[in-house]
Amino acid sequence: MSTVIAPSREVVRAAERVASARTRVSVRETLGQTLMMAWRALKKMRRNPEQFFDVALQPLLFTAMFAFIFGGAIAGDVASYLPLMIPGIVAQTVLTTCMATGTQLREDMEKGVFDRFKSLPIARIAPLAGPMVADLLRYTIAATLTFAMGLVMGYRPDGGPAGVLAAILLAVVTGWSLAWAFTWVGTIARSAQAVQGISMMILFPLTFLSNAFVPVETLPGWLAAFVRVNPVSHLVTATRDLANHAVVSGEVGWTLLACAVVIAIFAPLSVRSYKRHM
Amino acid sequence: MSITEFRPSGGGPAPAGGTDLAVRVRGLVKTFGEHRAVDGIDLDVRSGEIFGVLGPNGAGKTTTLRMLATLLKIDEGRAEIFGVDVAGNPHVIRQLVGVTGQYASVDENLTARENLWLFSRLQGVAGPRARSISTELLGQFGLEDAADKPISQFSGGMRRRLDLAASLITRPPLIFLDEPTTGLDPRTRGQMWDTIRGLVADGCTVLLTTQYLDEADQLADRVAVIDHGRKVAEGTPDELKTAVGDSTLQLLLADPSEVPTAVEVVRRVLGSEPVLSPEKGRLNVPLDQADLAADVLIALRSAGVSITSVSVDKPSLDEVFLALTGHETDGDDENRTKENR
Repeated sequence: MSTVIAPSREVVRAAERVASARTRVSVRETLGQTLMMAWRALKKMRRNPEQFFDVALQPLLFTAMFAFIFGGAIAGDVASYLPLMIPGIVAQTVLTTCMATGTQLREDMEKGVFDRFKSLPIARIAPLAGPMVADLLRYTIAATLTFAMGLVMGYRPDGGPAGVLAAILLAVVTGWSLAWAFTWVGTIARSAQAVQGISMMILFPLTFLSNAFVPVETLPGWLAAFVRVNPVSHLVTATRDLANHAVVSGEVGWTLLACAVVIAIFAPLSVRSYKRHM
Repeated sequence: MSITEFRPSGGGPAPAGGTDLAVRVRGLVKTFGEHRAVDGIDLDVRSGEIFGVLGPNGAGKTTTLRMLATLLKIDEGRAEIFGVDVAGNPHVIRQLVGVTGQYASVDENLTARENLWLFSRLQGVAGPRARSISTELLGQFGLEDAADKPISQFSGGMRRRLDLAASLITRPPLIFLDEPTTGLDPRTRGQMWDTIRGLVADGCTVLLTTQYLDEADQLADRVAVIDHGRKVAEGTPDELKTAVGDSTLQLLLADPSEVPTAVEVVRRVLGSEPVLSPEKGRLNVPLDQADLAADVLIALRSAGVSITSVSVDKPSLDEVFLALTGHETDGDDENRTKENR
């Protein structure tokens, strides 16, 4: 082994380096670095396929379970419950996947390689946004599998393929936006377990206190009031409108607005707390 | 016996110009809760030298380095790298400094080649060039055969080499090495030393931390000794060794009550003061030359002092610390954990 660097190489000149150093990261560089980080996250997923268990199993299990347990009670029979429930499961699955984004980021941040990321002249947001871009794949798998499971069980969405595709797209976009909130939790919590715990506390009320599984009309007034403003309800209704009727309703607008608000709040917070971690 | 240019924190005249300094640090402070991990450190690292920061675990070496590398916020004081303020221009500093941490900061999920490729691309190296740089560095660091294996199969030495390779992608003018050889076997250690010397031949400046006196001696042009977050001494390794003697005679007396007699004998023969170790009946005698050991032993024999064991050794970091600070290295694991947090 010859580790001595060949003397023929050009000598490093500090003064020139100082003069040519850039003072900030451009938007283009930031995008490129985010894509590199996404590449890394995808490699990681490919080498640890167990990461796909939650996105693969949950849709299959929950769809079957909820349909048979609640179907008869709520809609009379399983088949007529499916159009109501499948969009609910899509929303729930995508939210659970978001939570995994935060937990995995926290785990990742504890590894040595994050020290190197911090020491490199790259955009501070890239190590956070990269895994989230890669997670688009997971949201897509989760949403698609849920619809597929529904189809197997006899769900025939009236919105047609275009409606279903639009519904999946909306779910993926929402998942990606909400993941910023969990990413923020990931940067402030002490450990991956803490992230999991905090995220569960946010997630359970949001998904179950919504119209995902039951019609709002059956709820007591005070609960119905909360359910109506819960963004998850908007997502569920928007998904239903798209998948079942191929209608782009105002609910889609509300959902996208909620997404924009979440990103606007939590993306800067995440970057700030990631920086402070140093 | 003054090897030290004791400089009170915050004081000392600023060197003229300052551009020939790779690193200039004044009154650097880092506090973790109640614990002042770095407590007013001043450093001047000249361009093109290897500067060693020597100290026990928990002395504040890693914390200092992490502040200079923009990995930790500087609580008080000022640090400049090639004249650029560290706190004010972190993005510029990150382009000037390559950091190799104590624990390999490479991605366990990727192969060696993928790691180097990722870090190249992240720093704006174009695709084909990133590939050729990666291959080149893998060759230089003897990692060609393992290039496409997962890092989890790498030995400690291989990880360190990959880690250092990753720090050199953009050939930064200043390189920080945090205990580059801790935990390496002697052969790998020697190779790492050669590599570090090669960096300086290339025009780089190296700031390294170490717990080993011999490493500082082998590599560093100048050394700062750090203890409890403060600089206790600074000088060339030779000056440092002069302070403690070239070698040390380590004696264990059969009867601990004879220590005062032994001390008296050493004073008479060498005219210098032996260092008492906390262990009963043990004393360390700094020697200017190893030959003087015989004189001491003969004198002890004629004084009737009986000896259980005897050895002549190079002075250890412990002895440097005893000589410089009057106490043993006492970096404990608790401090260390705090530092790595």
